[in-house]
Amino acid sequence: MDKKIRQWLIVLILLVVSLILVSFLALAIGSSQIPITDIIDIVLNQKGTASYHILTGVRLPRIIVAIAVGGSLGLAGTLLQGMFRNPLVEPYTLGISGGASLGVCLTIVFGLHAKIGVVAYPLSGFMGAGLVIFVVYVLSLESGALKPNTMLLTGVMISFVSSSLVMLLMAVSKSDDLHNIVFWIMGSLDEPDLTLITIVSVGAVLGLIISLFHCHNLNALALGEEQAAFLGVNTTRTKKILFITASMLTGLSVSVAGIIMFVGLIVPHFMRMVIGADYRILVISSFLGGAVFLILCDLFARIIISPLELPVGVITGIIGGIVFIYVLGKKQVRL
Amino acid sequence: MSETILELNGLCIGYNRAKILNNINFNAGRAEIVSILGPNGSGKTTLLKTIAGAIDPMGGKILLQDRNTQDIPLKDLSRKMAVVMQFEQAAHMTVEEYVMMGRLPFFKSFQFFETQKDRDMVDKYLELTDTLGLKDLPFNQISGGERQLVSIARALVQEPMLLLLDEPTSHLDIGHQKQILDLIHTLKEHLNISVVIVLHDLNLASEYSDTLVMIDAESRTVFAQGTSEKVMTKEIIQQVYHTDVLMMKHPITDRPAVFLSRQKKRIDKNQG
Repeated sequence: MDKKIRQWLIVLILLVVSLILVSFLALAIGSSQIPITDIIDIVLNQKGTASYHILTGVRLPRIIVAIAVGGSLGLAGTLLQGMFRNPLVEPYTLGISGGASLGVCLTIVFGLHAKIGVVAYPLSGFMGAGLVIFVVYVLSLESGALKPNTMLLTGVMISFVSSSLVMLLMAVSKSDDLHNIVFWIMGSLDEPDLTLITIVSVGAVLGLIISLFHCHNLNALALGEEQAAFLGVNTTRTKKILFITASMLTGLSVSVAGIIMFVGLIVPHFMRMVIGADYRILVISSFLGGAVFLILCDLFARIIISPLELPVGVITGIIGGIVFIYVLGKKQVRL
Repeated sequence: MSETILELNGLCIGYNRAKILNNINFNAGRAEIVSILGPNGSGKTTLLKTIAGAIDPMGGKILLQDRNTQDIPLKDLSRKMAVVMQFEQAAHMTVEEYVMMGRLPFFKSFQFFETQKDRDMVDKYLELTDTLGLKDLPFNQISGGERQLVSIARALVQEPMLLLLDEPTSHLDIGHQKQILDLIHTLKEHLNISVVIVLHDLNLASEYSDTLVMIDAESRTVFAQGTSEKVMTKEIIQQVYHTDVLMMKHPITDRPAVFLSRQKKRIDKNQG
């Protein structure tokens, strides 16, 4: 068999095994410890016990959300880095998460969820994210070539503007709305609503499938848009589809889990170091890697000051900030 | 006269409604090397990009084997015509991965992996361009000359009948210049590829091309075209480049060659 395909297979198997491993770890560890070896027995044979409820009602949904959100963010980062050809862009640094959070806050304040149901959250997140991607893209076109520094600064400014607007909304909103916003902004993978969990999971898988269909085009885009077109790639259509995909992935994640920063930066960067720049493997390994990473971060967030919980964004923020500075220093990113 | 591969018919080009060149007409036959010459800023690269399809023409037609290139689907076009621009980029790819990108036009929909044929093609053209040893190196870390050769290998795995090259020899030492132009000559002789090439160096163009197309920055159109004997004359070069030149003949091939002679600039000592 081809050497490259064998390498890819090994990485994929390693990632799947780690995903299963950390999932079991996250199922076992918590305020009440459940031995790893008993988990399967409890789920299959001990329905109705307290342990059964903790596993299937609390920890399992949380792990599913972590997989969907971590996968989505890792994938969104990979897509954005591919399209902008800049290793520092990701949903958070481009302000897309900020836009999505503003959309969700507007939904809370105007009570949209009461009118059209829980779908309002992912929908408004998607729209907020899409709007920001559109603005960033148009601005980067205006300034001629896609200059990395302009783009990043624009993204950071959009983040500021949207978080200020969120604060404005908080200042003028009623107290129970305020409680909702604060609770949601803290960012947690604890999501009781089954419909939302389903939406974000389906969205994540859909995003992965769409991306897999476009990985050849992403590879071609690495040669520049002009050269990609010379290789027969319809660059306009590819970018439209992938921008919509990236905003969907980000919007859904933010609407469920709040802003979790830098997953889309750390994961693709690490995967690129391990397996190389080919998007055929990068797309799927960033998804799996994002899932593993976020489960681990959430595990730390739960146990580090237990019985209290840290917002998971605190952990990803610290690791991500350091990685960002490292990438900036090491790679020849022209800022 | 051999079969016409590329035909430019009254082509007008430009960006954002600003016309750069008017009424361009020339042909490239099968296995013919056509060099586009002209002063800086005369629009040579823009012309090449327009032929390549990156810029829409403002008027006139570009025909590839009698078919308007704008009517040819992108993917079909990329199997007939390959383009190497002056500064190719490939992010984090290895040389092999980069050259493999040239096989993309041949991937069927839903095809995920390259075939053995694709891999053989990559090896074949890395071998032909003398770069097989660079296969596993990162594209970013090879030298400018190697990059140019590898880029041509990438274009060749597209199995084109027409190759467009933008200043492939600028910024290279004479060794690499010769290597690249000899390679292009081999492509013409053995693979029957037609080549349209933007060149700065008049003597290299004279030596290696079948047809020269001289573009003039003032009249914004083709000033002269034909064999090097016809285009490389003292009058034409002086008019287009506004520079005094000496014309000689190449000692072996007898093709025209151009020389510059030093001119003293008078500085009036009373001023400044």
